Amino acid sequence: MRLFVASLALLIAACSRDAAPRAPVFHEEGYPASLGEWNLMSAANGVLTLTPGANPYDLATPLFSDYALKLRTVTMPEGAAAAYRDDDVFDFPVGTIISKTFYYPLAGGEWTGDVAVGPEPVVVNGAMPLKGVRLIETRLLVHRAEGWVAIPYIWNDEQTEALLHRTGATKPMTLHRRDGRTEPFSYVVPNQNQCAGCHATNNTTRKLSPIGLKARHLNKASTFAAGVNQLDHWAETGLLTGAPASAATPRNADWSDAAAKLDARARAYLDANCSHCHSDVGPADTSGLDLRPAIAFGPKYGVCKTPVAAGGGSGGRPFDIVPGDPGRSIFVYRLQTTKPGDMMPELGRATSHEEGVSLIAEWIDAMDGGCG
Amino acid sequence: MGLLKTTACAAALVLAIGGCARKEAAQTEPTADTAYQDALMTQLLDARPGDVIEIPEGRFSFDRSLSLAVDGVTIRGQGMDKTVLSFKDQVAGAEGLLVTASDFTIEDLAIEDAKGDALKVNEGENIVIRRVRTEWTAGPKTENGAYGIYPVQTKNVLLESNVAIGASDAGIYVGQSRNVIVRYNRAEKNVAGIEIENTFDADVYENVATDNTGGILVFNMPNLSQPGARTRVFRNQAVSNNRKNFGHPGTPVATIPAGSGVVVNSNDQVEIFDNDIKDNKTANIIIASVFSSGLSKDGMNAEFDGYPEGVYVYGNRMGGGGGNPDGLDLQALKIAKFGPTGALPDVLWDGFVDENKKVDGSVPAALRICVDNDGADVINVDAPNRFKSPDVVTESVRCALEKLPAVALANGLGD
Repeated sequence: MRLFVASLALLIAACSRDAAPRAPVFHEEGYPASLGEWNLMSAANGVLTLTPGANPYDLATPLFSDYALKLRTVTMPEGAAAAYRDDDVFDFPVGTIISKTFYYPLAGGEWTGDVAVGPEPVVVNGAMPLKGVRLIETRLLVHRAEGWVAIPYIWNDEQTEALLHRTGATKPMTLHRRDGRTEPFSYVVPNQNQCAGCHATNNTTRKLSPIGLKARHLNKASTFAAGVNQLDHWAETGLLTGAPASAATPRNADWSDAAAKLDARARAYLDANCSHCHSDVGPADTSGLDLRPAIAFGPKYGVCKTPVAAGGGSGGRPFDIVPGDPGRSIFVYRLQTTKPGDMMPELGRATSHEEGVSLIAEWIDAMDGGCG
Repeated sequence: MGLLKTTACAAALVLAIGGCARKEAAQTEPTADTAYQDALMTQLLDARPGDVIEIPEGRFSFDRSLSLAVDGVTIRGQGMDKTVLSFKDQVAGAEGLLVTASDFTIEDLAIEDAKGDALKVNEGENIVIRRVRTEWTAGPKTENGAYGIYPVQTKNVLLESNVAIGASDAGIYVGQSRNVIVRYNRAEKNVAGIEIENTFDADVYENVATDNTGGILVFNMPNLSQPGARTRVFRNQAVSNNRKNFGHPGTPVATIPAGSGVVVNSNDQVEIFDNDIKDNKTANIIIASVFSSGLSKDGMNAEFDGYPEGVYVYGNRMGGGGGNPDGLDLQALKIAKFGPTGALPDVLWDGFVDENKKVDGSVPAALRICVDNDGADVINVDAPNRFKSPDVVTESVRCALEKLPAVALANGLGD
């Protein structure tokens, strides 16, 4: 069995103290005090082990979060599957648990708050070595009868358990960039409302929703199963129904793939980092800027567009995108700056993603034109 | 004349009282308390419709923005100089307090030194913001947050008796909203004092806007979810808004000339009457189109109508303006036309007219700019032709338009 409901798990626990559930546990209500109560993963003896049923996945181009590495899992009730959709987030059944664990490679031998820019996780057979890394937080998105609920957990100093922290936290860290430069920053664990800042993708209904679990983000070679496309793998293993073959589904580029087209890389980057708010219904629809991938290259996508309520976010530059002139384009400034009132995204980063900023600058630089 | 004098004294008195109150507050300023942050955040997270969250007297410090996403909640302090939420040490979040909820009331507190906007309400109905002070305490600076009080995409909104100081865009800004009353507020030392943008049916009355770059603005901007129309600006004091523009270059508000009393830009059906609009050095009233605002034509949605139409100005008490306009074009124009010691007329119009809407060569009656204001002259500065033939057009724009109805808020707001 892949999934117990909480009541059943409690019943079993009551019968035998030793018989910990061997599958993830879905809690229909409340905010369990520890991540362990969901039984998605355990950290012991230097290894993070995913519970069978907590399926790891990753995205072609992810959201940037201060260089934190992310281990994502999705868990669905036994026998249930997500229904495929072309452009929207897949339709996940009630009982789905999505987890995202944020962690960093240590910049030194032990934890001092110094973190490095490191390679993506290596999870083999559901296990990831913890040597040389520091677990920071695990965020859950849980699909209950009343809708999706966001629940943040923060890992303890012993790295054995993560505890509920609904109001979030600020953690002082120092980033060690690849070229040796260091910079202090405040890593921010969002509070529950701030989770909604990104995940309430429709600012009218304000229902929470996953963001990354769309065909175009998942349509890539699987990192966790050799030699197969991730979407095809989901279909084959019963996680996804109604999906056409992956070759026929939308696909975002990997922003860091130098072999891919510059425009596709830039649009994938803006999609992953911006379009959950900058859409036709998102919280940033107040700005008139829409960065969903299907939007045509024009004022709505930022071309020669005057900011509306950017304040300092304009960086003293005239338009969102000035074709051919990244130095006068507000996009580049807002992605680059770390001033809380000016930067984009508004939440979830305190450092500058220099490689991402370079990509957007290169993309704008390659455009013809200017603004009339 | 008697009326003029009384009003001027009243304005001075209001400012003097404001000054005294603020001084006292500074003397008894308690030390910042960060321990309160988690408690208030938890209250906001756990709030239920109908809850009143009382914030005690004191100065409370926050390092992250606050947010409320539950309908029907009231947040209440003990007074705008007694309950102070300080965001001086903020490291994350683009506003002090972000509200994404309806049936929301906030009153009797201050939000200071937010890194972005002080108080933003993003989409909601039945919003009351009352006796709230938003301020950047180091004085007006470009690095201050953009907006003080900022409801956007809201309906049925009452903003009253607030104080907004030091915003690098607008002190009080209502965007993309419907059915709004803005009254009894004081806005000073902002780039824009009070701004109504892309909003339908707003009444702006009995406010004081002084020492801003521009006092009261009624704007329409391109690319947004809705245009705006039908704003009445009346019984306000827009006096001495001569502060050097400290807005961020690139933002629309950065194009406002210092010394603007009331500015209409691209908006339609705007009625400006019974105000005291004085001593604004560029012009007491400016009526302009987006085409003289430095925006790119490539960056506007095709359906955007950038012409101000149906603007009706009457019965205002104006004077002392236009003597030292901001910007070389207007300065040169003033000297050429009125001499070094002269002044621009009270009402300045940029002169853009939508040729496509003309019927038999003239603008339809309802779309005219009408100024019928005793003692006030109107200049068309001929911006479409780069200020080549500016002309005093007082008599040719003397006309009347149908008056707009008063805004009535629903659900008893403001009764």
